[in-house]
Amino acid sequence: MFGLKNECVLGYEEEYRTIEDYQGRIVRWCPGCGDNGILSAVQRLCRDEQLSPEKTVFVSGIGCAARLPHYMSTYGFHGLHGRALVTAQGVKIRRPDLKVFVNMGDGDCCSIGTAHWIHSVRLNMDMVAMLHDNNIYGLTKNQASPTTPTGRKTATTPRGTPLRPLNPLTTTLGVTNASFVAQVVEWLPELLYNVIRQAYHHKGFAFIRILQRCPHFMPDLFTSLLDDPSRLLLLRHENGIQVSDAMGRILKTQEEHDPSDLHRARELAESQERVPVGILYRNESVARYEDLRRPARVPTWEDRQRLLENTFDKFGIFPNGHEVTTGATQKE
Amino acid sequence: MQAASAQPREASPGDTARVEEHIVEIISDSGEGAQTAGQMFGTISAKMGNSVWTVEIIPAEIEPPARSTAGASGNRIRLGSFPITNAGDEADIVVAFNDQVLIGREKAGEFKPGCTILLDNVWKDHADPAVASQYAETVADFIDRGYRVIEVPMEEECRKHMENPRRGKNMFVVGMLCYIYVRDVSLVHGEIKFKFRHKGEKVIAPNVKLLEAGYAWAGQNLGFRFEVPLIGVAEPEVVFNGNTAIALGVVAAGMDVCAMYPITPATSASHYLSEIFDEVGGVVHQAEDEIAACAFAIGASYAGKCAVTITSGPGLALKTELQALSVMGEVPLVLVDVQRGGPSTGLPTKVEQGDLLAACFGTPGDAPKIVMAPATIEDCFYSIITARKIAETFRTLVLVLTDANLATGQQAFPRPHFNKEWLAPPIDQSPVPRDKDPYDWDPRTGLSQRFIPGQPGGMHTLTGLAHTRDSRVAYEPGANQEGCRHRSLKLAAFQKTLKPPQVYGDAEGELLVVGWGSTKGAIEEAVDRARRDGLKVSSLHIKFLQPMASGIREILQRFDRVTTVEINYSDSLDDDLIDEDNRRYANLAWLLRARYLVDVDCWSNVHGQPMKPGAIGKMIRSKLAAD
Repeated sequence: MFGLKNECVLGYEEEYRTIEDYQGRIVRWCPGCGDNGILSAVQRLCRDEQLSPEKTVFVSGIGCAARLPHYMSTYGFHGLHGRALVTAQGVKIRRPDLKVFVNMGDGDCCSIGTAHWIHSVRLNMDMVAMLHDNNIYGLTKNQASPTTPTGRKTATTPRGTPLRPLNPLTTTLGVTNASFVAQVVEWLPELLYNVIRQAYHHKGFAFIRILQRCPHFMPDLFTSLLDDPSRLLLLRHENGIQVSDAMGRILKTQEEHDPSDLHRARELAESQERVPVGILYRNESVARYEDLRRPARVPTWEDRQRLLENTFDKFGIFPNGHEVTTGATQKE
Repeated sequence: MQAASAQPREASPGDTARVEEHIVEIISDSGEGAQTAGQMFGTISAKMGNSVWTVEIIPAEIEPPARSTAGASGNRIRLGSFPITNAGDEADIVVAFNDQVLIGREKAGEFKPGCTILLDNVWKDHADPAVASQYAETVADFIDRGYRVIEVPMEEECRKHMENPRRGKNMFVVGMLCYIYVRDVSLVHGEIKFKFRHKGEKVIAPNVKLLEAGYAWAGQNLGFRFEVPLIGVAEPEVVFNGNTAIALGVVAAGMDVCAMYPITPATSASHYLSEIFDEVGGVVHQAEDEIAACAFAIGASYAGKCAVTITSGPGLALKTELQALSVMGEVPLVLVDVQRGGPSTGLPTKVEQGDLLAACFGTPGDAPKIVMAPATIEDCFYSIITARKIAETFRTLVLVLTDANLATGQQAFPRPHFNKEWLAPPIDQSPVPRDKDPYDWDPRTGLSQRFIPGQPGGMHTLTGLAHTRDSRVAYEPGANQEGCRHRSLKLAAFQKTLKPPQVYGDAEGELLVVGWGSTKGAIEEAVDRARRDGLKVSSLHIKFLQPMASGIREILQRFDRVTTVEINYSDSLDDDLIDEDNRRYANLAWLLRARYLVDVDCWSNVHGQPMKPGAIGKMIRSKLAAD
């Protein structure tokens, strides 16, 4: 077949992983929950990139979104509320071979885990961070989150939320070392997939805010965007999202935006009229913390012995009078 | 009581007195180098062959106002002709850079009655009359109360050799002490060279000059010397403080990742580790907060070798939820708590042992974990190696409780012989057989193999939720019971490996003093003294506090009375409202009473000071006298 040896082709077919190979436990999200779309896009990415399940780790916090790792067949770490990003940093620091993904809700990322979010941007470790932003606490049943729109009645704000919502995009774009910031909606699978895929290929901390429907507590939240896709502003660029014909027919409002333009990215993020989707900012030149902290070579146990013996010399007291050896010479 | 100050006079060689031990305190305002002087004098004494324990006196602020009574910064050096295991009782000689720092230390009961005080007299003719009169009053008051105050023209003498005497006075002090204790000055030259090796000859030369000036001045003006007979150094030793021991323990344990957030008094462990860890490919990650540090360490552990996070009480509190995650997910983790005074921000630079119950039980829900406490500086080093092994073998959290006393105390101990086994074997990453569960709990021990990312066939999602053997989130009634049972069984399995602790002194008697952590040396010294006087007292020191070894009950039962000695708060029955129904016991006493149903008493305080053997001895005598 195609001039290839049969056994190679057969081997390929054996090793080739399908979407089913990335599926984990039975999904328990509500019907119509936007998390389902995110899961599908992620599984498709794994399939298309043929990620090795044992070398892939999905890290999450607590909340509806945080259940995602259970629905994958890779390694997963379903840790503590707000602490997904810091746990993921620990996973990555000495394991450059692992592909790390983080899934968080808006409570997880923008409320209890805010400090970690800010510092994760600054560390710029190589991972994809997905903020499933449905503007509400779902799992704890309908409390206002930092991204809940003003005036929204929730269980904790029966007379409406008093504050303006926090803007995750401007926040991220304001942090030193921001290297990849994107926004997308989960109900446009092609666009969602494209953005996640570009995030995956970014070498550094790729932050995606995904607007996600919560049919249970926020059924009306995105209706205006769903009814009128022209309210979405598609950011297209040869270095960003390239628009297919189908996509172009749905998202007619477009802007040519160079993802290296931080100033414009911040303006777009701030925009009240339209919801930008696509890649707002990308900078591949920001150093990654794991690289900055990586040892020049892999030390051996002999190195440990040498270091300890040298240190014992330095702090040593020796029986034969007052002879003190200090520093680097190791006598054997 | 002495009526007058003993003023400098010509020395005669016959004035050298032989003493078994002496305690020297050097105290100054912050930044005047008293700590350096103390460490240097301690090191020289250790190298010459005295047994030495030094401990830092640290104010809470970096530069508290000058001449403040509570702002004393410095070092206490105890040197002896027998093995010294603790900071001892009150000081025999005090070197003070000003009169005010004396007041606070004296009030704290740190000076032996009638002890010698060498005081810088620069304040006598100070331009500010208030300072001059404070000085005169303090000197008069101390003399009045029987102290032997010697006014030393430290600044004046130093100015002869250095433009800014404030920066070199400490070497003058080392010189004086070298004369007083008949130390080998050439040895000090070496120390000065080493200390200022990065600064070069222009700093070394004047310091050597000041050292010699101090020595000469003392020779000409002090009429006394002390000889603390040397016991020699039989085998190679090392001398450093407990925090350095922890840092070296992390290296020796073969760990690669230490995540931390700055907190007193734990941070210096990370300082030292940061200096050396690169050489062996390690990383000290300074996280944005205590929680992040712990989560980072857990993430690193989950993906490979066991990691460590080092903190103090307030940090331990912040790491509570993550401790439970480590236990629940069975991710190995070593957590070092260098205890300080609490509660809340408490006494950041002072010693306390107030975190034991928080360490054992401070996690909501049932989170069985291992708690151990090194008792000496040597023990700090080895405990980290042990802790990693336990953490990985039992897939659990190991808490190592040290304290500010161990953290800043320095003591020589036999040089460790490097052992490759310290480093722990590489983690098993072979493919996982089909159908093997990530929590394949052994029904008897609760133990299971840990799968790490990269291991084919081991894929699963670790979760902090209640889960089944295959790491499935489980809400059914039996599942959480099963998980909790297996995690608890691991502690029992570990407990079966522990040897019963050894009684110090006779195996039975009238009083048993039980301690844990840094108080060991002081307790045993107090017991020794009491036993020399014929008192039937022994002591027991417990290293593994959760779980505790078998055999402790039997030991407790062989004594008429049992009391713990701890540096933490307990109620006193002398208070009007306190009775046996509401008395709050010291940490270890609670544990012993609850487990062994023995009427264990406690003797504890939270003065923020190391326990003194003399004070423990007094307690022992009063308890036995009450019989």
